[in-house]
Amino acid sequence: METSTEIGQRAGRVDEAGAPTLAAEAIEKSFGATRALGGVSVAFHAGEIHALVGENGAGKSTLTRILTGALRADAGRILADGRPVVMRTPLDGQAHGIRMVHQHDTLVPNLSVAENILLGHMPRRPGGWLDWRAARARAAAVLARLGQAELDVRLPAYALSAARRQIVEIAKAVAIPPRVLILDEPTAALAHAEVEQLFAFLRALRAQGVAIIYISHRLDEVLDLADRITVLRDGRVTGTLPVRGTDKTALIRLMVGRAIEDLYPRRASIAAAPALAVRGLTRAPSFEDVSFDVGAGEIVGLYGLIGSGRSEMARCLFGADRADAGHITWQGRPFVPRRPRDALAAGIALLTEDRLADGLVRGMSVRDNASLASFGAITRWGVIRRGLQAARVGQQVRALDVRPPGIERDVATLSGGNQQKVVLAKWLLTEARLLILDEPTRGVDVGARQDLYRTIGALADRGVAVLLISSDLPEVLGMCQRILVMRAGRIAGCFDRAEASEEFLLACASGVSH
Amino acid sequence: MNEAESAAVRATGLAGPPPARRLADWRRALPFLTFALFLVIGATFTDAFFTERNVTNLLRQIVANGLISLGMLIVILTGGIDLSVGPVVALGGVLFAGLSDRIGLAPALAVGVLAGGAAGLANGLVIARFRLQPFIVTLATMGIFRGLVFLYTESPISPAHPAFRVLGVPVLGPFSIGLGITLACYVLAGFFLNRTAPGRAIVAVGGNAEAVRLAGISVPRTIATAYALSGVLSALAGGILVSRLGIAQPSLGIAYELDAIAACVIGGAVLGGGGGTTLGTLFGVFTLGIINNLMNLLGVRSFYQDIVKGSVIILAVLLVGRGRRP
Repeated sequence: METSTEIGQRAGRVDEAGAPTLAAEAIEKSFGATRALGGVSVAFHAGEIHALVGENGAGKSTLTRILTGALRADAGRILADGRPVVMRTPLDGQAHGIRMVHQHDTLVPNLSVAENILLGHMPRRPGGWLDWRAARARAAAVLARLGQAELDVRLPAYALSAARRQIVEIAKAVAIPPRVLILDEPTAALAHAEVEQLFAFLRALRAQGVAIIYISHRLDEVLDLADRITVLRDGRVTGTLPVRGTDKTALIRLMVGRAIEDLYPRRASIAAAPALAVRGLTRAPSFEDVSFDVGAGEIVGLYGLIGSGRSEMARCLFGADRADAGHITWQGRPFVPRRPRDALAAGIALLTEDRLADGLVRGMSVRDNASLASFGAITRWGVIRRGLQAARVGQQVRALDVRPPGIERDVATLSGGNQQKVVLAKWLLTEARLLILDEPTRGVDVGARQDLYRTIGALADRGVAVLLISSDLPEVLGMCQRILVMRAGRIAGCFDRAEASEEFLLACASGVSH
Repeated sequence: MNEAESAAVRATGLAGPPPARRLADWRRALPFLTFALFLVIGATFTDAFFTERNVTNLLRQIVANGLISLGMLIVILTGGIDLSVGPVVALGGVLFAGLSDRIGLAPALAVGVLAGGAAGLANGLVIARFRLQPFIVTLATMGIFRGLVFLYTESPISPAHPAFRVLGVPVLGPFSIGLGITLACYVLAGFFLNRTAPGRAIVAVGGNAEAVRLAGISVPRTIATAYALSGVLSALAGGILVSRLGIAQPSLGIAYELDAIAACVIGGAVLGGGGGTTLGTLFGVFTLGIINNLMNLLGVRSFYQDIVKGSVIILAVLLVGRGRRP
């Protein structure tokens, strides 16, 4: 019998001789006339973290859906331990020990954290009664392994923040020990500390011999965590490489077929007159005594860990929630937003953190979604001027390079990054003079990010004040002239771009003395 | 890869539509296929179906449910439901009949329709202002409105006005003025829902109310508008109905909400919001009308009719609704 150290030593080493735990062979899949996968072969080994990278629409999601049984391939085989398997439903996938952590929320809002984690596997006592004590203990144990021991498992899922929901989502996938664990953008909603805890957990799983498939747009993370990386582009594998000897530039070239030199737009630094002045803004218990300025044409970053109160503060600025105390001065006048309508009328727009929950109307077209916040500009006596609407939306769709570019398409059929572009288009069409962007590039691939960054830079050049809330340190440092850091509901620091660094901001946000 | 090539790759849109889209396409055609199916059944199983007399009858019978279903659709689009349509039909009917001898036909109809609109607005304001469940609120007002109708009259009203029955009688072949009004309402509602800002807001609220609020649109006002329109259309249906019957019973419209919800569902509307079209609903109304008409022609007893109707509703929900919402 192997000891745990022996298993640990095997970790990270690829056992080329043994059959892979899960393998795709020449998988093909088309939707109508569109070929999503054109002969993809890739093998996933036990005790290995294998990253899948590629732009939005490269075929990563289609491949994972086929691997989990959520979708059937048109051609090709799936092998488990070297033997061909037929998977018709996700249940077949689960029977082979394949578990998936989805990018989107699959939690039941009204059930407790414990029930969500153990959904379908609730421990029972003789007679069929649920064993609540055991359920809570088991759920808490899984969360503790993820570094979230303090999370109350009795809380209903709806009461959790986006980050906490993501962690519960992961806990749910590993509650029954998997043989293959697939994670789709698991860190999108997480702050740095939580990402570190998640990585430690994934490394521990790897040491136990789990095959981990890790999908992410964050290339730094991938290079940090994975043993091997497979790059997909336009439904084909453009390369499978070991992490050692690979760098970001090489990956990006494989992903987009070209090198991206300047991800962030180069902008001349300007000393701007303050357009927005916030003084002592408070909403207990989320944040208190927040004061800062944003100048016209200035991009100010707002960095902080999950729970630091940044998103809550942004919602108050926009009138989505009301502040308890404090003053806002906007363009020289006192501004008291009671509802989002007031903020929009004053020329303030907020791109919210969670595009599915409060950004998009699924089932409605790109055209309607993009113009939802600016009907006033395109209606005459309440009647929408369709030509004007199409021209305005079409222009944004082209400027942001939404793919595919049709504006009559149901927004729910777009990929995540393109949905995010449609939400951004909605706020850009309001022609706001202050743009509050809460995690604008979450889940957005590197090519699309460049488009978004360029758009944001161009807006600032035209005098729009931008408040960029982000957990992505390179993004904050690349885009912003000044960076505010929030910690535990208060402004912990304000830095010029020149004096800030990733380590510095992180230390400030987590309260470590530097 | 050069610029032209990468542009070409982009243009092909390799992301592709998810597989649900193809399913959604045939689901969208379902209301029309169902209608065609029952038309063929009608032509095959009875000789009396395609007679002028029967078509005239059918077109008269669907007018009331057509208007009520249209209002119901608007409410369903917001994610709600209006169970109080039956008493509002009666309200519109008794006010029209009761006042027509005194103030004339058109003013009487206007009073009835406005009263219906006020009743609907009351529903909408209570639901939107206090964030209550539409099911419970309209269940309660179903009782309240019925009571108000009986407060107005406990006995049937039969007006003496010579032109009282003008809305119900066929004027051009099988077509009555009432049918013309109904079809006009469908065209107007289609325009309202698809081409105006408040109309798009109604559809959007059913899809994602928080996104609508953050877009600076008043959600309470949008919801109140939808229920007010439902009240207006139900009261108008009541006016046309009593004109056809020549008499206004205070008990008019009992269980009408069932036929209206059924027509919407057969027409492809999604209960809970986010899906449904006026054209689909119109075909749902026709389909339900044909089912009723056929069973009458075939002499099927009424309790069998209820069983068949109920089964068709379940079938429609199964075919249209399943898998629509993630």
